[in-house]
Amino acid sequence: MKVGALQEIKSGEARVALTPDSATQIQKLGHECFVQSGAGLAAGFSDELYQNAGVTVVEDAKALCEAVDIVIKVREPELDEINLLREGQTLISMFWPAQNEEMLEAAKARGATVIAMDMVPRISRAQKMDALSSMANIAGYRAVIEAGNNFGRFFTGQVTAAGKIPPARVLVVGAGVAGLAAIGTSVSLGAITMAFDVRPEVSEQIESMGAEFVFLEFEEAQDGSETGGYAAPSSPEFREKQLEKFREIAPDVDIVITTALIPGRPAPKLWTEDMVQMMKPGSVIVDLAAEKGGNCDLTVPDERLVTDNGVIVIGYTDFPSRMAAQSSTLYATNIRHMLHDLTPDKDGVVKHNMEDDVIRGATVTHEGEITFPPPPPKVKAIAAKPKEKPKELTAEEKRAQEIAAFKSQTRTQVALLAAGTAFVLAVGLVAPESFMRNFIIFVLAVFVGFQVIWKVSHSLHTPLMAVTNAISSIIIVGALLQIGSTSILITLMAALALLMAAVNIFGGFLVTRRMLAMFQKS
Amino acid sequence: MDFGFTVAAYAVATVLFVLSLGGLSGQESAKRAIWYGIAGMTVAVLAMLVGPGSGLWVLSLVLIAIGAVVGWQLATRVQMTQMPELVAFMHSLVGLAAVLVGFNAHLEIGRVGEVFAAEGLPFPQPEGLMSVAAYDLWLQLTNFAAIIGKKTAVEITILRIELMIGIWIGAVTFTGSIIAYGKLAGRVDSAAKKLPGGHMLNAGAAILSVVFAGLYLAYADSPGAAIFMLTMLTLLALFIGYHLIMGIGGADMPVVVSMLNSYSGWAAAAIGFSLGNELLIVVGALVGASGAILSYIMCKAMNRSFISVILGGFGGSAGPAMEVEGEQIAINADGVATALNEADSVIIVPGYGMAVAQAQQGVAELTRKLRAKGKNVRFAIHPVAGRLPGHMNVLLAEAKVPYDIVLEMEEINDDFPDTDVVIVIGSNDIVNPAAQDDPNSPIAGMPVLEVWKAKQVFVSKRGQGTGYSGIENPLFYKDNTRMFYGDAKASVDSLLPMIE
Repeated sequence: MKVGALQEIKSGEARVALTPDSATQIQKLGHECFVQSGAGLAAGFSDELYQNAGVTVVEDAKALCEAVDIVIKVREPELDEINLLREGQTLISMFWPAQNEEMLEAAKARGATVIAMDMVPRISRAQKMDALSSMANIAGYRAVIEAGNNFGRFFTGQVTAAGKIPPARVLVVGAGVAGLAAIGTSVSLGAITMAFDVRPEVSEQIESMGAEFVFLEFEEAQDGSETGGYAAPSSPEFREKQLEKFREIAPDVDIVITTALIPGRPAPKLWTEDMVQMMKPGSVIVDLAAEKGGNCDLTVPDERLVTDNGVIVIGYTDFPSRMAAQSSTLYATNIRHMLHDLTPDKDGVVKHNMEDDVIRGATVTHEGEITFPPPPPKVKAIAAKPKEKPKELTAEEKRAQEIAAFKSQTRTQVALLAAGTAFVLAVGLVAPESFMRNFIIFVLAVFVGFQVIWKVSHSLHTPLMAVTNAISSIIIVGALLQIGSTSILITLMAALALLMAAVNIFGGFLVTRRMLAMFQKS
Repeated sequence: MDFGFTVAAYAVATVLFVLSLGGLSGQESAKRAIWYGIAGMTVAVLAMLVGPGSGLWVLSLVLIAIGAVVGWQLATRVQMTQMPELVAFMHSLVGLAAVLVGFNAHLEIGRVGEVFAAEGLPFPQPEGLMSVAAYDLWLQLTNFAAIIGKKTAVEITILRIELMIGIWIGAVTFTGSIIAYGKLAGRVDSAAKKLPGGHMLNAGAAILSVVFAGLYLAYADSPGAAIFMLTMLTLLALFIGYHLIMGIGGADMPVVVSMLNSYSGWAAAAIGFSLGNELLIVVGALVGASGAILSYIMCKAMNRSFISVILGGFGGSAGPAMEVEGEQIAINADGVATALNEADSVIIVPGYGMAVAQAQQGVAELTRKLRAKGKNVRFAIHPVAGRLPGHMNVLLAEAKVPYDIVLEMEEINDDFPDTDVVIVIGSNDIVNPAAQDDPNSPIAGMPVLEVWKAKQVFVSKRGQGTGYSGIENPLFYKDNTRMFYGDAKASVDSLLPMIE
């Protein structure tokens, strides 16, 4: 099939859905690649680079759409773009079908199949095509960079000849993909990072990234997670408690990055105006939820504004586009994985398998029907349940445990000794003295054996087996005792036994020596 | 007929043997310890040759020389990956030798009886002082016959019981080791197989053995009947050895081999009882104890009772296994090499697959390269990795991996969360998180290496599918796990040029 990438028509959008690298990979699936002239320019991919990768460069959007079977792009399509589609053609891009019913109808009317990259279900198998996550990752990173750009101080604390510099304090609200990326970036820049989320199970992830989880005291166990790994709206009491906590820390933080989103709803207002008032002049708020109305009261989408008390509020909505080279690479890879799943035989023939959870979930129009919303996926992403921490034992409890362990050990030992003694004595009652002599030697030898062998290092178990094997050929002594017999038969059998034991002695010792010689210290 | 010198030599040999085993507590002292063992054996054999075993000493020396040549060949030619086979094979020799010596003891009793009967003297000796005529006759007996000649009826019966035990254990060890050898060498299908009747057959054979043992004692005076009973007993023991080990699967081989090791010791000890030889008793007991402890350690490492291993196969699961979600994500050598180049700390977990693919040299080379770049590379060894206790340690030592970076499970398990990259090479069950998470798993409760706690895990594996035990491994589906498919040796070798 022929796959072609359109140039984005929204102004300021620098990303592109196809990179020379991804084109090479898509060609391996048996497809032919096309790109609209100049589509990759803003992301740093010139037409020439595309041509070198074997991509056909087409003059304009109309010609491209006529030439290809599958149109790929980044942003949700506009009406002009939809009107370029023809029946049976496939469009792969972001679509936001829930907010874009008009476009959905238009696409249906054109008879085109639309695969919405934003509708890829959040299951582990589909992670490789989860464009929302890869874009959120970039947004999280860029948010910190943007904050740093506007923040007049260092992130990391330093002690210099010119004086001591305190580290910046960063608060990340919402620890989804973007939040975690922001945490990671901020931590690695050296800031003291705190993070908050309504889903208690992410505390582990937050801590693993090196940030501090802002813990909320709340009576009822609040689990703000919904199936699918997203957050659910919280109760008013919980919200109050949460805001109270934020007010408590607002005067201390230098940078706030908010990423809280609830699927299908406006962004929750978490950073109120009075909190902004409490913040120090020069502080920065980056609101990643600006497109959905913002988590901060003062956010204006696509604007950077400075409040009366000198706090900078950034409401950009195009963070991924600000890093077009990186985001194009990731998005193009997501698209490439989607094409990979659509072309299971790698023969350039697309099989639109509506039985497949991932493809079904992402498809919003197909064969003249609107197929949105999809049925719930069969496999749901499962967020790890918070682990119960093992109770810390107090010193006394530990001591008590030790004493108990010691006592039980003593008990077993005494019991074993008593039983062993009784057994030996019982044997002694019936057996003749000559047997008992040997028997006592045997018991002692077993005892010595147990004492000695327990100390053998685990790594030397194979040499141990080889050497005990060699030593057990001591049976040669028996054979030597018998070989002098006057009976031919006995001599013969003894000789055979002698021979085998001798093989074993030499084989066993030599191989052990060979093994031991190999063990070397570094 | 007093060999004070020989007994003294026994004492010396015993001390040397104990030192030799005790010296294995550390790699350095082990190098000395092996010489104690060799010295002990030399002292014992020499003492026998100049003392009670001096009859036919030329023949003995010739046989020992032949044995030395064969043993030398075996020891120098064997590949380190074939150690389990060699050890199993050598156990079978000890078992067979014990059987032969036991039979000889039986024949000798009969012969001494005949000698006394020919002179019209009673045998076994009645209680009390020996008659002068009997004493004169006894003085003419040599070696082992002399020991038998002065025994009373009770002592002779005990002697017979002892030699039966020796023969029985020896015979079980013999066929058991042969089968274990076959399974390890791949000449016998390593899957657990049982004849119809299963363990009832073993139990039946064991009961029959007791019956024949009783019959043997009852008919001890008629040579024909006695030898028939003893032969039947031996055949039954041979069958038990065969059938018992056939019923045990390949993954349980570490336990089997150490168990057979133990048996060969007990057989030697039993023979020592019947020959009245203290050295045999002591050494047999030492070896028996050693094998028993090894079996215990192995069983503990698999969280299984000794009985369940002997009964063969994995126990039935208590319920449906937890469903595994996700998919196995493959990765190529490039990806693994990149991760290795970026990692600071690496832990390698080798398993039987590494031995099968002979990948240890490549792994060692990889280790050297990574260490040369200042990375912290270590090995984590599970007690039952491989087919022999300590098998992995020997393979890595052969490839010149320094032993101080090869760590045991307890030493390293807490370090996984701080590790950047874990490479699992050819092991499966010993890194299976189901052992901890899934109470219904057949291996639930078995101590495992917690590799999934590391930041990234690469699993080098021949292909998809479950391992030997047939248990699904959720590790392969974890988010931080990538599957590096292919032959272990080829995979590791492909990594080498990319580490710079």
